Amino acid sequence: MNEFLGILDAVVGEAISPDTAAVAIAVIGLNIHFGFTGLLNIGQAGYMLLGAYGMAISITYDIPLAVAVLIGLVVSVLFSFILGLPTLKLRGDYLAIVTISAAEIIRYTGRLAAFEDFTGGSQGIFGKDYQGPFMDLSFFGSGSFDLLPLNYRDAGGGAGLRVVGLLVAVAAVVGIVVIAKRMKSADGQAPKIGTTATPKLVVAALFVVLFLALFFSFPQTEPRTSVDGWWVRVVAWSLVGVSCIIVFLLVRSPWGRLLRGIREDEEAMRSLGKNVFAIKMQALIIGGMFGALGGMVYVLTGSVQADSMGRQLTFFAYTALLLGGAATIFGPVLGSIIFFSARILVRELSGAYVPNSIMSTQQTEQFSYVVVGVALVLLVIFRPQGILGDKRELRFHV
Amino acid sequence: MLLAPLLALGLGASPASAGVATLCLAQPGQTACVSGTVGNRTNPVEGADVVLRDEAGTEVNSITTAADGKYSFQVTEAGNYFLFVDPESLPDDVEIIPPAPRFQEDDGSIRVPVKLGRTATPDLEVRSVDYDAEGSGFGEQIVQSIAQGLRLGLLLALASVGLSLIYGTTGLSSFSHAEQVTLGGMVAYGLVNVAGLNLWIGILLTTIICGATGYVQDRLMWQPLRRRGLGLTQMMIVTIGLALAAQYAFQFFVGASQQKVVVRTFDVVEIGPVRMTDMSFVAMGVALVAIAVVGFVLLRTRVGQATRAVSDNPALAAASGIDVDRIIRFVWIAATALAGLGGVFYALVVSNGIRWDTGMQILLLLFAAVTLGGLGTAFGAFVGAIIIGLVVELAGPLGAPGDLKYAVALVILILLLMVRPQGLLGRAVRVG
Repeated sequence: MNEFLGILDAVVGEAISPDTAAVAIAVIGLNIHFGFTGLLNIGQAGYMLLGAYGMAISITYDIPLAVAVLIGLVVSVLFSFILGLPTLKLRGDYLAIVTISAAEIIRYTGRLAAFEDFTGGSQGIFGKDYQGPFMDLSFFGSGSFDLLPLNYRDAGGGAGLRVVGLLVAVAAVVGIVVIAKRMKSADGQAPKIGTTATPKLVVAALFVVLFLALFFSFPQTEPRTSVDGWWVRVVAWSLVGVSCIIVFLLVRSPWGRLLRGIREDEEAMRSLGKNVFAIKMQALIIGGMFGALGGMVYVLTGSVQADSMGRQLTFFAYTALLLGGAATIFGPVLGSIIFFSARILVRELSGAYVPNSIMSTQQTEQFSYVVVGVALVLLVIFRPQGILGDKRELRFHV
Repeated sequence: MLLAPLLALGLGASPASAGVATLCLAQPGQTACVSGTVGNRTNPVEGADVVLRDEAGTEVNSITTAADGKYSFQVTEAGNYFLFVDPESLPDDVEIIPPAPRFQEDDGSIRVPVKLGRTATPDLEVRSVDYDAEGSGFGEQIVQSIAQGLRLGLLLALASVGLSLIYGTTGLSSFSHAEQVTLGGMVAYGLVNVAGLNLWIGILLTTIICGATGYVQDRLMWQPLRRRGLGLTQMMIVTIGLALAAQYAFQFFVGASQQKVVVRTFDVVEIGPVRMTDMSFVAMGVALVAIAVVGFVLLRTRVGQATRAVSDNPALAAASGIDVDRIIRFVWIAATALAGLGGVFYALVVSNGIRWDTGMQILLLLFAAVTLGGLGTAFGAFVGAIIIGLVVELAGPLGAPGDLKYAVALVILILLLMVRPQGLLGRAVRVG
């Protein structure tokens, strides 16, 4: 039992890790491109890399953090213009090919020995060269601690208590699913006035219960500020929250309806006198800025290394997006969390319970990625709308 | 680690008669060593004068190497030292390979950063003088690059013709096509290297097995998905998932290191200024024949006519009595078999072995070739592949450093899309 609880510890640790948050932000941007506007951007990792380079290189030249972040964002906007101007008037495939090529060009250029003074070549820029200003902002003090004023570590004391916490979490998930199903079936009938708010509140409460149960049953000890600390986590997840709110406000605005309109029928939008090209470009820029922001968060705990943000990362971002549900607000976040923690779960489970003669420790890592790939295939075939998505929103034809 | 000084002791003791300090043990905080071999362990250079200078340029010590080519200096201060090998003392036909630029000094010496308690071992490998990376034969070098470009182009064409046919008949941009290329190399590695089959039988079997994977894929996946009316974007993401699963499956079964299809090395043939292995010429020949066969089938046979009809307009083709599903299955089999064949030869002559990401590295070149020639036109893909092959190989001698040669191909692709989005041989279609 303890072994299993240890595995769940690792899973929860991965779920709240800053890398997960960083990818979630990039996926939120990808959602604007792909989910809402129907732009097939396969170069989101290129945006991330640009943002990371923009920020890290600026800081190594003693530019203040806020300006450095701005520089990263501006670079991504320029990149959007370069990508968008030639391709947004063409068929969707072209944007796909150009974005993936451009992302690779950035990666190759970043690795070049000729630019080693700026980008560090294939070794990359080391974290200690640019993390300083961010860490200095922390008001968490130093040393390791239990988050929240409650005595966090003690709550996760005995195995029995943790099992109870786990059961509470499972109950919360079941409750959420049941209520969500009931809400969905009720959607078809005429809405009854006054009853719609209650189930939503219950669902929100259950989510909080789920989060607390998981968080306190599987305590994560982190240093407060150092490289992999609570400070990074708090900032990263706050940024995820802010990004979600921004996207929520954007897509329920008239501009957001234009995006969906372009996704559904470009010709119709054009016939209504809308400048489709300009709106697509705006979507590309905004989504790309989220990508750059995600890239900056992604490198906060590690180093800016070109190869860590290659095509693979874009593909992971797509898996996370489709898993959570494209064209939804929380889909990208939920998808990223489930994607990364599920991979750790597969890896740890096969590491713990499959004998070494069948699968070595190294092979469990690869096995987890094979499962990810197959899951992506099955997901697209059998549940293209993902967990939260609406199937009617998914007639994206690029 | 503990054995290393002992080993040096044993090796150094025997030629110590020359009176040179061939033994050096670095002591933490007191001394440091600069030692190594002129040439390499199997081909050491005897009689080379090696001089060590300190930062001020004063000579610390000098050594003439013995038969084992070893030199060793002991220094008592940390800092930068400069190691110089007198070119006059080397045999006439060899020279020292210049080090990386940041260690290179203007006078031809090598900068050696030394820390106390450590042993620095700068490389002093030699190469024959007539080896020239550039210089005298710039023209020859261009010719050599063109030959290599044609080789790469023909092998890329094997894979990209199939990719283009799939795109033409189904509209699908298959991201897993690169993994089909890797699969070819992997299967050949299993058949020839591991199971010990004859190379040619192995290549034939590999092509058949890869074609079979195309059949199975279409039968089990693509046809049912087409029947369900799954969108093209979703299908493309399915291929991304497949590619991901395949890459890690290769790592799972074969491991992450490079594997050779055949262990022996091939003879080098020189035709004029062009130096390539004999296998390269065979590979180019086979690729040409295979592509010619594809061209003949497309132009002269009923199946080929039907394929082109499906490419043009699937609905009309179906209405005129063509079994569209059968044609698409035929295309899948041909495309995967060609990709497998390309993969074997790519592993044999270009990348010198096969690794899980060999295909992934050329995926974008394939896409560039297909797009350059015009999406969905088989002959366009052939032309595009040759151009991309030439660009990639010529970019190096014309001044693109390192991996940037791949980026150059992609830049050309993007530029072409701006002026001629339909590709070289494609038909212009108004979009928006």
